[in-house]
Amino acid sequence: MDHPYIPNTRVVREQMLQDMGLTCVEELFEDIPAEIRLKRKLNLPPSMPEVEVTRHVRGILSKNKTFTQIPSFLGGGVWPHYVPAHVRHIVQRSEFLTSYTPYQPETSQGMLQSLFEYQSLIAELVGLEVANASMYDWSTSLGEAATMCTRVTGRNKFIIPRIISKDRLAVLRNYTAGPSIKLIEARNDQKTGQLDLERLGSEIDEDTAGVYIENPSYLGFLETHVDEIAEIVHKKGALFVVGVNPISLGLLKAPGDYGADIVIGEGQPLGNAVSFGGPTLGIFACRGEQKLMRQIPGRLIGMTTTLDGKTRGFTMALQTREQHIRREKATSNICSNEALCAVAAAAYMATLGPRGFRELAGVCAANASYVMKVLDKIEGLKAPIFKSPHFNEFTLQCKKGTIAGLNAQLLGQDVHGGRPLKKDFPELGESALLCTTEMHTKKDLDALAEAAAKAMEEIE
Amino acid sequence: MNYRQARWVCEFCIEPLLFERISSGSRGARIPQNAHGEIKIPEKLLRKSLNLPELSEPEVVRHYTRLSQMNFSVDTGFYPLGSCTMKYNPKVNEALAGLDEAANVHPSQEEGTVQGALELMYKLERFLAEITGVPKFCLHPSAGAHGEFLGMVLTRAYFKSKGEIRSDVIVPDSAHGTNFATAGMTGFNVVVVPSNSRGRVDLEALRAAVSEKTAALMLTNPNTLGLFEYEILEIAKIVHDAGGLLYYDGANLNGIVGKTRPGDMGFDIVHLNLHKTFSTPHGGGGPGAGPVGVAEKLEKFLPIPRIEYDEKLGKYWFDSDRSQSVGKIKSFYGNFSVFVKAYAYILSMGAEGLEEATETAALNANYLMKNLADEKSFKVKYNGPCKHEVVLSADPLKRETGITARDVSKRLLDFGIHPPTYYFPPIIQEALMVEPTETESKEELDRFIAVMKQISQEARSNPEKVRGAPTVTAVGRLDETKASREPILSWKMYKKRK
Repeated sequence: MDHPYIPNTRVVREQMLQDMGLTCVEELFEDIPAEIRLKRKLNLPPSMPEVEVTRHVRGILSKNKTFTQIPSFLGGGVWPHYVPAHVRHIVQRSEFLTSYTPYQPETSQGMLQSLFEYQSLIAELVGLEVANASMYDWSTSLGEAATMCTRVTGRNKFIIPRIISKDRLAVLRNYTAGPSIKLIEARNDQKTGQLDLERLGSEIDEDTAGVYIENPSYLGFLETHVDEIAEIVHKKGALFVVGVNPISLGLLKAPGDYGADIVIGEGQPLGNAVSFGGPTLGIFACRGEQKLMRQIPGRLIGMTTTLDGKTRGFTMALQTREQHIRREKATSNICSNEALCAVAAAAYMATLGPRGFRELAGVCAANASYVMKVLDKIEGLKAPIFKSPHFNEFTLQCKKGTIAGLNAQLLGQDVHGGRPLKKDFPELGESALLCTTEMHTKKDLDALAEAAAKAMEEIE
Repeated sequence: MNYRQARWVCEFCIEPLLFERISSGSRGARIPQNAHGEIKIPEKLLRKSLNLPELSEPEVVRHYTRLSQMNFSVDTGFYPLGSCTMKYNPKVNEALAGLDEAANVHPSQEEGTVQGALELMYKLERFLAEITGVPKFCLHPSAGAHGEFLGMVLTRAYFKSKGEIRSDVIVPDSAHGTNFATAGMTGFNVVVVPSNSRGRVDLEALRAAVSEKTAALMLTNPNTLGLFEYEILEIAKIVHDAGGLLYYDGANLNGIVGKTRPGDMGFDIVHLNLHKTFSTPHGGGGPGAGPVGVAEKLEKFLPIPRIEYDEKLGKYWFDSDRSQSVGKIKSFYGNFSVFVKAYAYILSMGAEGLEEATETAALNANYLMKNLADEKSFKVKYNGPCKHEVVLSADPLKRETGITARDVSKRLLDFGIHPPTYYFPPIIQEALMVEPTETESKEELDRFIAVMKQISQEARSNPEKVRGAPTVTAVGRLDETKASREPILSWKMYKKRK
């Protein structure tokens, strides 16, 4: 076969073999022992022309129902936002899309500057000086943040909130098992959901490397006592780590401005498609102090000049932290990251600007506020569960029937409800996590409320 | 053929930073004003200012278009970066991954509404199992190193379940840096075994290194020299006899697809790089995908959820009820859009095409070796055919002329050729690791050979020209030391420094 992706045809290949004094290509594989040579063809579907590949893959994917077809209220780690056409266009440019990690700075200034700008924009957004060029996602950023805290402080306790995504927690457990970091769950106030400051004060001690909070929390409410938390954490010499949905920072104070030492989060909503949960974009930022900067995981792009000092340029910096140099002593094993998602995020932030960002965050929050109010009025429903301010996600509780039942009824009316929470948070009873963004029109919000009201009427 | 990279310059810099543009108060996107509710967030939690650039859509697009023009890529030219498998990335795959039905699906959707996503992932797992000969796959890891991380987490869980404490992970001296870092990060001691005089794992050293403490041997095959570890069955026996697991680093799978399979060699855990062997683009450093396959005895430890197919109902479903699972190593199920591309690639290639790719990749690499290796400039240390890549040593050239592997690499940039991976593996002096892949033509390979010969001549006749390279890229050689000694990592730090 002469496959279209392979320029050297059979004829050319024969000629090359001849030039090399070989009779057949098999001679290049003769050193593979006979016992392990595959003596048959791989059992795969036969090679397809492009049109058939397209038909086949479209056929499979058409079995998905998309949130552009029916309104959906799922968030909880990745959130549906509009991706402007030009942002996708930028990251689809061959020069970005088909390049490798910019090991050769002279010929890779485009990627390097784009990533430097990404780092800069994230630094502005979260209120810190340093951001790396990306981690895999929020959960792996959390794992790396915990291990970074122990490297910086030489301590081995890491305090996390009770209310956290259980997926994120599962990832954290795997990242902290290697260096034997002890995870301590901080209690929360039952009414507000927020961290119980008194309990935090008693749990934190001289072995505590870091304290982690999420703001907005996994269940959508805000921590209103962030300044006090920062004070408690710093008094004990621990590091303060804050996890964010970056869109919220169009409205909310930057964590760096209330004392965060490390800020992590999920960058997907910044110009990247939800895409069934991946690729995602792990945000990782820290204060500009040497002792933190030298322990940060991941790629860092730095500004420099040409050797003659005449022209500014960008290159990978502080590489001695990384696996290819420091090996088992590296700050992380990360090599391939989510660079292209970071470029999308930068183009997206540059596109929105301060005004667009504020408006976007405002619409997300306002939509949630509206729909919470309407849902809460429905007999048998409560939204939100917690008495705290919320950003764009909130909990919905069913006082009769089940969330599974409600969601099934909603789906029957072409509305996708929230993520059931019963398994992860049994103490919240029959409840779900819902999210609104600028993608939801008033019609969508009302459709949810109407469908929910109808469903609740039928449960009796 | 001549080459000159685009160079957009202002006074002291190339294209100005976004932050250096004059703020005109414009913006590149409008937000739908369908706000209905009252935002009830206390004043003290609200942000006062946000320093972002203010640009219109055309300004943003032009900025990034100019930057992209100052970035070399596979679509621009030859990119023989060893170990990275910079093959052509088919365009149809991008179109498919960008479809509404792929891009606008949420991972927490009710199973019945995501049957397409589950089917594609389930089938991709099956394809990868057939290609590698290991039965069970997990698609979650985001990259090769992330796959290694999962591999070591599984190793830990396996021995824990057997009540054994095993602390050592053995890594050959030619291994990728990530192998060492992964073992370190997951709490293992790293034990290094040297290569023998044929560039393969030294069996005697391996026998001496294994013990009741051995948890695993991490091995790349073909190894980073592009050479097949033909004593693999003996290696597997040594590790297994000691009770350890054999871990396959799939960075170099492109050298053997369809010819032999890691599972048949005795590997217990395998990671693949879909962004290498399976043609998904590298995106300037990611996203990739690093699926992990395991032998039956390790399946119960794989991350949750597992995708299952109910034949009776004709439905795919998520199984999270696995008491011995290691849990999760990433939220959700992996980089789905990358899976769409890899799946489409495998369909396009079929068994025959994949084997043709392997053969041509090896043929191209051996063709370069045959035409470039000599004793005067670029030497090949180990005899015999390589697989998908060849490691040349510029040591003879350096000894004679002082021109280093780095100098040669930088001069290649002037010809519109991306340099090979250099100074790796560290066991070769002045290493140049060349991986042409199957998607380059003989014409391109011949040009590379001619350019390499020209550079080795220049090293003798006009060494300053080589040392002064590159001159036709957007910028010349950069002060990388300064970038790390006085790090400026953001606009904020830059302003502070000023």
